[in-house]
Amino acid sequence: MTEFEPKIIAFCCHYCALAAADVAGKTGLQFSPNIRIIRVLCTGKIEVPHLLKAFESGADGVVVISCKFGECYFKEGNFRAQKKVERAQSLLQEAGLKPERLLFDFVPGPGAKKFVDILNGMTERVRSLGPNPSVH
Amino acid sequence: MIVAERKPFSEILSMVEDYSRILVVGCGSCVTICMAGGEEEVKILSSQLRLAFKKNKKDIEVEEAMALRQCDDEYMNNPELINKVKKADIVISMACGIGVQHATAFFNRIITDKPIKIVPGLNTTFMGANLDVGVWEERCVGCGDCVLEKTGGICPITRCAKSLLNGPCGGSSNGKCEINKETDCAWHLIIERLEALGELDRIKPIEMYKDWRPSHDGGPRKIIREDMRI
Ligand code: SF4
Ligand code: SF4
Repeated sequence: MTEFEPKIIAFCCHYCALAAADVAGKTGLQFSPNIRIIRVLCTGKIEVPHLLKAFESGADGVVVISCKFGECYFKEGNFRAQKKVERAQSLLQEAGLKPERLLFDFVPGPGAKKFVDILNGMTERVRSLGPNPSVH
Repeated sequence: MIVAERKPFSEILSMVEDYSRILVVGCGSCVTICMAGGEEEVKILSSQLRLAFKKNKKDIEVEEAMALRQCDDEYMNNPELINKVKKADIVISMACGIGVQHATAFFNRIITDKPIKIVPGLNTTFMGANLDVGVWEERCVGCGDCVLEKTGGICPITRCAKSLLNGPCGGSSNGKCEINKETDCAWHLIIERLEALGELDRIKPIEMYKDWRPSHDGGPRKIIREDMRI
């Protein structure tokens, strides 16, 4: 049997996570090929239905990467994103999915190293959780 | 507005799990504003149902729809919505209890070839005001004979735990009600407001018992405006 390759959606803030992805690319830091990035202008704009829809559409894991608290370009977008992720985690749990499949994290400035660590860590986490039971 | 909260997912699931085509219908007015049964909450509940059914390998269809007001025929008399209701085996209404009942009556009148089953997705909680983002509090119980002119615009029926007309009682302490430290004593607020208005004398006469006949308990109340009817 081939090893399970998780599909992971990363909602990334344009101002920090995307900048970090750029720096990672330029400096040759690699992240797992299991990640599909969706750029958002601010993670505060991500709504709970987007997060649930990602799982419905086949994601095995979802990660939301925002700026550090206090560094959001729109002041409090990352606080909102964190709250929405927490709500979505409990909604997922009610529906029978492990809340650990959804993660909120942040990168300071264009912190390429942390960005890559988050994505690789998430890939390992979801690999050990196994496939999304609502899809496979 | 009418303020409601979504029912726990397990309760909703147990209402619908024996059906194969489910329609979730939101309401675009009060419950949209109090973030319990609007478009976003319809999407959330529908996603949760699909995820839960797929996990349990059940082949169930979940459709979504909206009505601007489920308490009014005018906003439900829409061919697309009626068609979706016809196709469904069960409908979850995300409106308040009024909407659930009105939609049940409406769709069973319009659709005659099969009975339409509509279940509530929300617990209708109170008539209240939006105090801050994500905060609502009860303000009126619809007593049918408003006394706010005597009480400085603060309702003693709703906001006093004992619905006293002559207050405060001995449980008022530092502006808070004896039921808990978070709840303002309504009569403390009334006295402060009347004092500011220079109308404290208003509460000197003993208020006699309230006429509760216009209130609930005598069956559903009804208003007919003859001038609006042809
Ligand atoms: S059905 Fe209920 S929630 Fe919807 S508009 Fe009417 S009163 Fe408000
Ligand atoms: S006195 Fe009656 S009608 Fe007026 S706000 Fe209180 S409950 Fe509502």
